[in-house]
Amino acid sequence: MLKFILRRISVSALVLLGASLLMFILTVNSGDPLKDLRESNDPNRDALIAERTERMRLNDSDWERYWDWLRGVGGCFTGNCDLGVTINGVDVLGLTQQAASSTLRLVTLATLLAIVVGVALGILTAIRQYSGFDYTVTFSAFLFFSLPVFWAATLLKEFAAIRYNDWIAEGQYAPLTIVIVAVVAAFLLQAVLGGTARRRLITAATVFAFVMVVLFVFNALDWWRNPMFGIGGVLVVSAAAGVLVTALVAGLRNRRALYAALTTAVVGVIAYWFTAPLLVNEPSWLLLAGLFVVAVAVSLAIGAAWGGYARKQAMLVTGITGVITSIMVVADILIAHWAGFLGIKSRPISTIGSQTPNFTGDFWERTLDAGTQILLPTVLLTLVSVATHSRYTRSSMLETLNQDYVRTARSKGLSEREVIVKHAFRNALIPITTIVAFDFAALIGGAIITEQVFGWKGMGALFQDGLAAVDPAPVMAFFLVTGIAAVLMNLLADLAYAALDPRIRR
Amino acid sequence: MSDIRNSTSGGEDYEPQLSATSTDAVGLAAGGSAGPLPGEDKSYSQGQLVARRFFRHRGALASMIVLGVVIVVAFTSIGVGPIPGWWPKGYTLQYDKIGDGAPTWEYPFGQDTGGKDYFALVMRGTQFSLIIAFSVGIISTIVGTLIGALAGFYRGWIESVLMRMTDVFIVIPLLAVAAVLGQMAGGSGILGLALVLGLVTWTGLARLVRGEVLSLRERDFVLAAQAVGTSPWRIISKHVLPNAVGVIIVSATLSISSAILLETSLSYLGFGVQPPDTSLGTLISEYQSAFTTRPWLFWWPGLMILTIALCVNFIGDGLRDAFDPRQNRNKD
Repeated sequence: MLKFILRRISVSALVLLGASLLMFILTVNSGDPLKDLRESNDPNRDALIAERTERMRLNDSDWERYWDWLRGVGGCFTGNCDLGVTINGVDVLGLTQQAASSTLRLVTLATLLAIVVGVALGILTAIRQYSGFDYTVTFSAFLFFSLPVFWAATLLKEFAAIRYNDWIAEGQYAPLTIVIVAVVAAFLLQAVLGGTARRRLITAATVFAFVMVVLFVFNALDWWRNPMFGIGGVLVVSAAAGVLVTALVAGLRNRRALYAALTTAVVGVIAYWFTAPLLVNEPSWLLLAGLFVVAVAVSLAIGAAWGGYARKQAMLVTGITGVITSIMVVADILIAHWAGFLGIKSRPISTIGSQTPNFTGDFWERTLDAGTQILLPTVLLTLVSVATHSRYTRSSMLETLNQDYVRTARSKGLSEREVIVKHAFRNALIPITTIVAFDFAALIGGAIITEQVFGWKGMGALFQDGLAAVDPAPVMAFFLVTGIAAVLMNLLADLAYAALDPRIRR
Repeated sequence: MSDIRNSTSGGEDYEPQLSATSTDAVGLAAGGSAGPLPGEDKSYSQGQLVARRFFRHRGALASMIVLGVVIVVAFTSIGVGPIPGWWPKGYTLQYDKIGDGAPTWEYPFGQDTGGKDYFALVMRGTQFSLIIAFSVGIISTIVGTLIGALAGFYRGWIESVLMRMTDVFIVIPLLAVAAVLGQMAGGSGILGLALVLGLVTWTGLARLVRGEVLSLRERDFVLAAQAVGTSPWRIISKHVLPNAVGVIIVSATLSISSAILLETSLSYLGFGVQPPDTSLGTLISEYQSAFTTRPWLFWWPGLMILTIALCVNFIGDGLRDAFDPRQNRNKD
């Protein structure tokens, strides 16, 4: 295995080297870096040209410049990185670090969301093949990957940001809107849950009534401007999540796993009760991360204690429940700060930039600000990836569901949950992994447009400005980050294969 | 051949999901000269089978009609080059503005800020986008097929070199390398742009074709051809590639839809189509700030891109089902 990985890495390194050479030669020959100076009427034009020629070493051959760049990059292994300077003499390394952190934040978030949503949708559509739900999702998937991203971005800015900001000033749903939302929710849920006509009707009616009541109550409480969740809410949602996770992973018949999940939720809420003062006042990311690690460790311990004969399974259940509970705790605190946040920033969803200029507020308000800034670009990036992931998951699931071993599993009398989760989905995961790995690199590339539309100063802007000025250093920095990300993701995919498919491990 | 046929005719019997479509099939067969049900003693050629399956995919059929209408309207309305079209207004002339230029019967797509007829402008953009998309599709298909077939057929060092070359192109984000090449080809018009875009979008197809050829070259008919001393070139072109045609056609279709989106993205970033040429992407980027004041300037080109890309994707989906009956049973 190790030998296999090392070979993959060395081949990837060679490929990266070749690609960097290609990219460099293409970039330096893509135009004239002195164009703006040649056209200027500056009296000291010749001096400026001479200076830029000197700085960018335009008189040297392309090969010498490439070799120079490569030596600078090679320095990264010995600790003194040198990615060159831009056309204006700014150090590219600093620019890259800044840009990469903001882009990677965006892309990672979008990838995670896309995997969760896309894979879930893919499984559901595969199970409910040729239902109304399946057709709806399939059509939406086609729509999303036929969508010009920048065009969709403008729509999103208008309808999800500007209109929402207008609406939140009042924060009240019109009665007609409530009815429409309830009808849509009822339709979607009955399509997903399925069953006989009677059961579908009951599902739809229940969902409709529930949504209607909840939204009217929210209106009455002015919930959208002044939302709260409360510790009771956290408990209910975490416990429900625990039951759901148990149902998916272990089956509700496994009482030990169920109790372990419920214990995790309760312990999590109790811990929240005790740590609340610590959290609500100015915490640090380090503290949050530490508490998260502790929470996961405690959850796993609970699973191990309850687990009995199926310890690993119970630990998986409690681990996931613990993560969900932690997320709910953070969500609860964030929601509680929303009213205060609206007071500082009356038009919450932003359409431009990665942070609000001159924003002041406490830790949670800053987090909310970053969240509302990242919201729209993430939604946009996620939509396209969700479309791809759901289609691939669907076809991959259908492929495995049609296999003989699934029929065998069914005829053994295994529950539908076990058949789908253990036999079909586990095998369907192998091709999905490849797609996800490829998609991550493609997403960074696609982020060029998203960043441009939303005015983020990220890798995309670095690349675009660099290329427009025929300036190789920033373009190559962009390439370096995306190329390394692509290689790393493929490596991760290989490791995931080994974990998923014992035949590869050997 | 025969297994494909069996699986289709058998497929109809135990495919519950096709109950809606199989009535169509009956109606179609009864209306035509064929027998009442497929799978009777009338035999179909491979092409006929594919065509039948394709036409049964209603989404694909509808998309084909819509795309056909779009293409015909785009090319006949304002004419091509020196040939005039039936639309009375030109895309360069400025007319008196009616109101603020909102769509009217006289100007169905409205007028732009300078009073130009927006319908003519959008049609011209559509022409350019279509030309680029189809050229890119053709070029990338030829290059991809060639490289994939050579790598898969010859194996050995030829395969290593070609596939490492493919990896080199894959590791650079498509949009990035396309932008660099687009900037290089900036001055040489849309055909230059189409050429360079075609030269970077073949990677996926090359991998697919290689995989297909790798399995085909082990088949008995290839061995037989080799045994009678057929030249490698003839084996590839007459025995191997015709059997991989399904993969190639589907992939070519999908590469057209991604080429349309790639071209519009590049034009939006400023590395694609350069003025005085215009494409749907340049129209959107030119008028995107007009969304709140003159929304029609924003909607039409976007909807045009969406329509074309969506139609091509659906056609690709229909072709995939048509060429791969096994997938057809599993997937759609």
